[in-house]
Amino acid sequence: MDPAAVARPAPPRLVGRARGLFDVYVAEARLSIAQQLQYRVANYMYMIGMVAEPVIYLVVWSTVAEQQGGSVGGFTPGQFAAYYIVWTLVRNMNIVFTPYGWEERIREGHLSAQLLRPLFPIVEDLGSFIGWKFVVILMWLPIAAVLTLLFHPQLSPSPLQIAVFAVAIWGAYLIRSLNQSSLGLVTFWTTRVGPIFELYIAAELLLSGRLVPLSLTPDWVQHLANLLPFQSTFGFPIEALVGNLTDQQLLGGLGAQLFWIMVGSVLVRVVWHFAIRRYSAVSG
Amino acid sequence: MRAFRLFWVFFRVGALNEVQYRANFALQILQSAIALGTGLAVLALVFNQTPSLNGWTPIELLAVMGVHTLMGGVIGTSIQPNMEKLREDIRLGTFDFVLTKPEDAQVLASVREVRIWRAVDVVVGFVVLGIAVSQLSAGIGPAQALAFAIALLLGASMIYCFWLILTTAAFWIVRIDEIHELFEGVYQSGRWPVTIYPGWLRISLTFLVPIAFAVTVPAQALTSRLTLDTLALAAAFALGLLAFTRWFWRFGLLHYSGASA
Repeated sequence: MDPAAVARPAPPRLVGRARGLFDVYVAEARLSIAQQLQYRVANYMYMIGMVAEPVIYLVVWSTVAEQQGGSVGGFTPGQFAAYYIVWTLVRNMNIVFTPYGWEERIREGHLSAQLLRPLFPIVEDLGSFIGWKFVVILMWLPIAAVLTLLFHPQLSPSPLQIAVFAVAIWGAYLIRSLNQSSLGLVTFWTTRVGPIFELYIAAELLLSGRLVPLSLTPDWVQHLANLLPFQSTFGFPIEALVGNLTDQQLLGGLGAQLFWIMVGSVLVRVVWHFAIRRYSAVSG
Repeated sequence: MRAFRLFWVFFRVGALNEVQYRANFALQILQSAIALGTGLAVLALVFNQTPSLNGWTPIELLAVMGVHTLMGGVIGTSIQPNMEKLREDIRLGTFDFVLTKPEDAQVLASVREVRIWRAVDVVVGFVVLGIAVSQLSAGIGPAQALAFAIALLLGASMIYCFWLILTTAAFWIVRIDEIHELFEGVYQSGRWPVTIYPGWLRISLTFLVPIAFAVTVPAQALTSRLTLDTLALAAAFALGLLAFTRWFWRFGLLHYSGASA
């Protein structure tokens, strides 16, 4: 009898691979919900800081619209209000494990423990941030109500638009998670990821519809944005709900998201493959 | 005076410590350059659609951006690192070591950290400000320069009070890491003159989070918009806030229980 087979029996498999992975996601999400619900003050501080950003853009662009006689590039203050209030939900969905988290994880050696688990570490991040989303959305509702009272958004989406939006925000979450994980893995080489990440955020700010609806930017910016993934994480989900995209544009947007999810998944795998060889830790 | 001497000693030691990590200097320059580029792009996008924003010309808004960057550099160099250290000390119980020193705890907690490379933003801010001021048609005289300096100093002390009050909350609520995100987010409103915001928000950005005093008022001094009344109000509010912060700090201190250090 082969001695190796005796020494190391195959681990018992109670459920199928996909089912097992699904259970991991559910468990991570539930754990994260329980954790985050405890830190309500901290979560609200985080959210107020986050909501400040779109409110600033909203005020600036509404001021511009009023100075230009009521609208700028087809946007009235009410439409800007709708754009930036939906923005806050999309932004909440877009909060993912940042490259700074990876930086710390690698620098401090926390990754050692994670490597011992029979699980791709990014699965844990994805799962726990999905859980946090439910807490965040719950806490976002009163903020959205207040913003609606203050800024009077004009919003009249069709059922199809709502359906596409509901799918697109999860697409945005996945794309941003995968991109930022790839960026985070750069810390295997550099230990400091700050400037690269800030460059990513700067590009995202200008090319995603985060700062301003892309239709208000110069033509060359719009062309550039069409070639990059950023638009799928901000502009497309928001405009799916508040804009007047045709059915074809809605489906095309979802298609683009699917494309960037696939690119992101492959990228993360490839970068991980090369990055993990460089990992060394002194303690965990 | 003692407080300033203490600040200077800590500043020198902290700076010497950080000067060892020269690569961080290059990284900081890169980061400041990205932030500057983004800020300019945002201004370009806005003024692509309109010739002036609520009466402020592009050059005047460039001056606002200069003050914003400059103040951001001051916060990043000194205020924020000290408050982060304080927050961690309270959480871990190592704040005991500050309390046992024969020096005022508030002063010690406010001066002991410095991130010298963040001062790059102070330099960048001054350069942007210099360029903007040289383009202003009105120019500035010594009176305006003096008003600007006073407004800047008052603004910085109010921002310090804001941070210390929120960090003092750590004596009750242990986890307040997110105060950093909160401030970072709200601070971005200072890129624009607070006069563009609707009333409730303008008042919040003046008295709740004193960004109006920290950025807009100094910028007003440079663009011939500042009245003596505003400056007097800034001075009165700064003094009141410093006194309140002092009281609140002592009150919070009563609730500190060093777990173990």
